Amino acid sequence: MITYLGRRLIQSLLILLGVSLITFALLYLLPADPVRQIAGRSATPQTVENIRQQLGLDQPFIVQYWRYLTKLVSGDLGRSYIQRSEVTELIVSRLPASLLLMVGAILCELLLGLSMGLIAAVKRGTATDQTLMVASFVGVSAPQFVVGLLLLYVFAVRLSWFPIGGYGTWRHLVLPSLTMGILGAGWYARMMRSSMIDVLRQDYVRTARAKGLARRAILFRHALPNAILPVIAMIGIDIGIFMGGIVVVESVFGWPGIGQLAWQAIQRVDIPIIMGVTLVSAFAIVLGNLLADVIAPFIDPRIKLR
Amino acid sequence: MKKFLASTVAASALALMLGMTSVRAEDTVDPNAKQGGAITITYKDDVATLDPAIGYDWQNWSMIKSLFDGLMDYEPGTTNLKPDLAESYEIAPDGKTFTFKLRHGVKFHNGREMTADDVKYSLDRVTNPKTQSPGAGFFGSIKGYDDVAAGKAESLSGVTVVDPYTVKLELTRPDATFLHVMAINFSHIVPKEEVEKYGADFGKHPVGTGAFKLAEWTLGQRIVFERNADYWHKGLPHLDKITFEIGQEPIVALLRLQKGEIDVPGDGIPPAKFQEVMADPEQKARVVEGGQLHTGYVTMNTTMAPFDNVKVRQAVNMAINKARIIQIINGRAVPANQPLPPSMPGYDKEYKGYPYDVAKAKALLAEAGHPDGFDTQLFAMNTDPNPRIAQAIQQDLAAIGIKASIQSLAQANVIAAGGDKAGAPMIWSGGMAWIADFPDPSNFYGPILGCAGAVPGGWNWSWYCNKDLDAKAAEADSVVDPAKAGERDKMWSAIYDKVMEDAPWAPVFNEQRFTMKSARMGGADNLYVDPVHIPINYDNVYVKDVQ
Repeated sequence: MITYLGRRLIQSLLILLGVSLITFALLYLLPADPVRQIAGRSATPQTVENIRQQLGLDQPFIVQYWRYLTKLVSGDLGRSYIQRSEVTELIVSRLPASLLLMVGAILCELLLGLSMGLIAAVKRGTATDQTLMVASFVGVSAPQFVVGLLLLYVFAVRLSWFPIGGYGTWRHLVLPSLTMGILGAGWYARMMRSSMIDVLRQDYVRTARAKGLARRAILFRHALPNAILPVIAMIGIDIGIFMGGIVVVESVFGWPGIGQLAWQAIQRVDIPIIMGVTLVSAFAIVLGNLLADVIAPFIDPRIKLR
Repeated sequence: MKKFLASTVAASALALMLGMTSVRAEDTVDPNAKQGGAITITYKDDVATLDPAIGYDWQNWSMIKSLFDGLMDYEPGTTNLKPDLAESYEIAPDGKTFTFKLRHGVKFHNGREMTADDVKYSLDRVTNPKTQSPGAGFFGSIKGYDDVAAGKAESLSGVTVVDPYTVKLELTRPDATFLHVMAINFSHIVPKEEVEKYGADFGKHPVGTGAFKLAEWTLGQRIVFERNADYWHKGLPHLDKITFEIGQEPIVALLRLQKGEIDVPGDGIPPAKFQEVMADPEQKARVVEGGQLHTGYVTMNTTMAPFDNVKVRQAVNMAINKARIIQIINGRAVPANQPLPPSMPGYDKEYKGYPYDVAKAKALLAEAGHPDGFDTQLFAMNTDPNPRIAQAIQQDLAAIGIKASIQSLAQANVIAAGGDKAGAPMIWSGGMAWIADFPDPSNFYGPILGCAGAVPGGWNWSWYCNKDLDAKAAEADSVVDPAKAGERDKMWSAIYDKVMEDAPWAPVFNEQRFTMKSARMGGADNLYVDPVHIPINYDNVYVKDVQ
């Protein structure tokens, strides 16, 4: 177990290093010049060169990357080119909003996905099953910005059930969480359905039924706990999908998280912020996967960590 | 305002007799204004920084003006210069020495009195390369600038503190725009002790002499300004509090305005909702329309064949149907025939420009040796409505045989292509177009039409460089005497007429500004389309529902 963890940690560090190198290289190769973005339209060529020098952007790629890495090791993500603040401060101030959205999204997808899957499994082969599976398919394939705008239009603009955008109360959280959760709910519904069908075929379920237990008791006390475990183990992997989704969803709903920060930074070639958010997301994904793998043997003793 | 002008003229006349120009300040406050109340303004994007040496965005430009003051300012709602932190100023007859007398008793938000040392410190700071100010170049005419910019000196030799309330600025050349430079945010006065205390984070902890002070800043969510009770300008500001809510889409802001939750959507009326708003009399009544110092244009790279031929460039000017393009943006603009916008001093009202004439454009193309047209590329920014405008231009060009393929790219990439000599044959400037930094005709020349801007990474995307015109521009800018401003404006009109003869641009339209406000907002209309304060003049507006 310890050696396994050690090996996985080293692997994770290597992955993060690779992510930082690739992102840094891609941003370096961009045709857009970050110094022009900082300097604005009225800057003289001398001002532009001065700023380039001050930021060390006149140095060769290797030197720039090495400088970034050495600072990164001490936890310094640098200063934003445009906002001039510490990137760490900017990310830390926005992280709670993104985490809250993520929790909301996980709740939505579990609630929606698991119940859809459960119902579909129980009503297997009926029209309900088919409708639910089509719905889950739509959920999986619908682009998030479309889902987001649709929910906004129906529930905020038309029905006024929820605020149109912003942040602060639980009512603000519902629509963005739902938008993020619908994608995952589709996956969970399908997984839950097959897992449940599998469990319902097991001998112990048949035994329970033979004992004359109520249908409800069989479903919720015997089948569900067994069917749900492999599905729950997937949550760690979801974090990666969420990290991609928050850029879109936070922009649509004006949610002050790191996705919105990243989107604004991309538009203005604010490289330190783009790097920072990418690394934090990569870190979250790596951590999520690691957790999923570590938890797996506890849920299913057949899996062994080696 | 008339009174102010009269007194200015009288003072100038007197000074002329003495051989120098001198102007004194006189302040007015709207007598109908009500005191107190709070308003809410929304923006989509984060506010980057509130450091006057650095901030250069749509959102923070006007906020900084309310937190800080400069030696000069403009009368609210106009482009007329007036002394601000300076009580009066004098210009030496050679136009190279400006002496400013400072107001007494002006206090920073930390309670300390502002003096001439702070003026010197602020100018040294903004020009120091370590500050990384985008506006450093505006101060290029101050003596000693080159040494500071090159890192050879820490202080501008041309700025002298005569006594605590007098500061003398010496220039290397007469500069008619210098008073505007003293009014621009980059020259606003900052207190040394606070800058040193916060270092690079001063922009998040701004301390100035302005009408408002920063009360709260929750990153990515909210900025709150609170009235500066010790403001030197008695009677201002009218509002007790302004809350800026960040991260709100323009469409969301409009809906909230309609529900009465906010007072001004900072990003304006979203284009998709414009017609709907204007069709509703109740909403339309709360929209203020005004000009802005903006021109949208098509640049043609004069160093690239076939645009190196003036006839081809003139043909393009005649081929574009400006009226139709303005329809595409729901009439939110007026057609342009010259680089300067109509509200800019120096705009030539007599100039007729190139007519929309397809037959003549075709003939010009034939004369230039392209009777069947040619293939080219038109670059445009990829956000609405720019791709649609580019398509309209593409169709217009096709009518005279020019087959332009559209390169619709992110803003930074279009800017990069424009700044590369072999990068872009044609660019539609929408979304990146020139908006003047200050209301002076010279501001539309140097960076975008002069030789200085025709360098790699520059903003002269036509790569147009006419040395004669550069000399004429320098001559016009050496006319410093405010009494000769009319003469100077004429010189500038002539320069732009000549530019249009060479046709490096096809000017298309001047965007109008439409600011929407809640019914409770009061104050003259021009405060809501203030040419210098965008979107509104925070210091002078008020709300009607207090007391």
